[in-house]
Amino acid sequence: MSSFWSIWISIISLGTIMGCFLLLRWCLKNKTGVTEGDDMHHEFDGIVEINNPLPKWWTYLFYACIVWGLAYLALYPGLGNFEGMLGWKSSNQGVLTLEESRAAVAKAKAEGKIVQYDREIAHAKQKYDPIFDEYASRPIPELINDPEALKVGQRLFLQNCSQCHGSDARGQLGFPNLTDNDWLYGGTPEKIKETLLGGRSGQMPSWASFGEQGVKEVVAYTLSLSGREVDAGLKAAGESRFATCSACHGSDGKGNQMLGAPNLTDNIWLYGATEESVTETVMNGRNGVMPSFKDRLGENKVHVVAAYIYSLSHK
Amino acid sequence: MKNVHELVEKNTGLLTIFILIAISFGAMVEIAPLMFQQHTMTPVKGLKPYTALQMEGRDIYIREGCVGCHSQMVRPFRAETERYGHYSVAGESVWERPFLWGSKRTGPDLARVGGRYSDDWHFAHLMDPRSVVPESNMPGYPWLAENTLTGELTAKKLETFRSLGVPYTDEDIAGAKKAVEGKTEIQALIAYLQSLGTALK
Repeated sequence: MSSFWSIWISIISLGTIMGCFLLLRWCLKNKTGVTEGDDMHHEFDGIVEINNPLPKWWTYLFYACIVWGLAYLALYPGLGNFEGMLGWKSSNQGVLTLEESRAAVAKAKAEGKIVQYDREIAHAKQKYDPIFDEYASRPIPELINDPEALKVGQRLFLQNCSQCHGSDARGQLGFPNLTDNDWLYGGTPEKIKETLLGGRSGQMPSWASFGEQGVKEVVAYTLSLSGREVDAGLKAAGESRFATCSACHGSDGKGNQMLGAPNLTDNIWLYGATEESVTETVMNGRNGVMPSFKDRLGENKVHVVAAYIYSLSHK
Repeated sequence: MKNVHELVEKNTGLLTIFILIAISFGAMVEIAPLMFQQHTMTPVKGLKPYTALQMEGRDIYIREGCVGCHSQMVRPFRAETERYGHYSVAGESVWERPFLWGSKRTGPDLARVGGRYSDDWHFAHLMDPRSVVPESNMPGYPWLAENTLTGELTAKKLETFRSLGVPYTDEDIAGAKKAVEGKTEIQALIAYLQSLGTALK
């Protein structure tokens, strides 16, 4: 802050407090022209106003506020560039990147400044980091036998994942069920962690180029893969078109977890099982997105969430 | 001796003037200096002007009164940053006119909602919030999917923001109408939401 504004703020702040003090002193003087204790010559319904001074407790309260205000300005930042005798501040405002934010935390620590937010975080780190470090040191297949860890994982899941996957993790239309051990990108602990850390982005293109009839055929064949009864003619025609689809879904339609291409033979449908919804998928494509949680949660918490998710289908 | 205090007590106009003077001291200290501070005028490094579509989305956000229930201000408390991410800093809001920090949280804070959910989720959620979050008490906004944008005023909006210091290029303004024309309001709103809080990197 420039010294002009610093002085501006200091003068007005202190001046205002001074002004309050003078106003109080002035108001305490009798300037009504009536002796204290005498009738003010007002009468309302037989009630008369008497010239009384401000109540003592009230006056003292005013003085106390003035003292409080001055003490506050001495201890805490308030007067322009003066940082206050305690060296306290709430947070590192004015940072322009996360990098700068981290640097500001380190700097405040080195200089022994009290940044309230940093202190709160440091306190929490000291308390919770060892717990998460310990969880992270144990492999997920073992961690799922620890009910405490799963409880922590569930809490994190409810906070961060339930908005899409539901509070019971059974998913909903367009958002995968995580309890059925059917996985788009793989269900090993490593793959689950990979999904959580890096996010995923579905790449089903639109096949409107098949034309209406073509889409109808390929949908019929697709539905037949999970044992649905479909028109034999359409199915036969669709089978030859399926060569295009097999690039991702495999020639047997069992999908490819490397690409996140779902298994089409297991009668589990992310976007609905009806002919209509499958048609919509083929016509318009699908691009389901799983956001990355690396920055939001950090690797250790992701480990615990992954353990919770893994436990849902491995108990 | 004349009762001087009576002057103020019995003259509302004079009382009003004195009140305004008293309040202005607060504004002179709390507000005026902020308008000239480096750290409230310097954009964070990753700040980009809203695209034409995001700008239209922002106007829909304002029109639908989202700010009445959603704040856009993560305060520096662990309880907030654990949930929402890094606390909001001044440099993220330098191009916000008006700012939409809000003061009421019936719903969650949205300052860092960008990238948190997929576009599909936002679509489902705006159409019918309870389809994805059964406990939600947010109203649905299905008409946003029906209304399409004409883009008639988009270029003007960008120009206005440019005159206020937002670095829009001539190409941005020339292409503004084309960028939003025919898009639905819900697309614009989602584009806006997905941009929120992504500048602090």
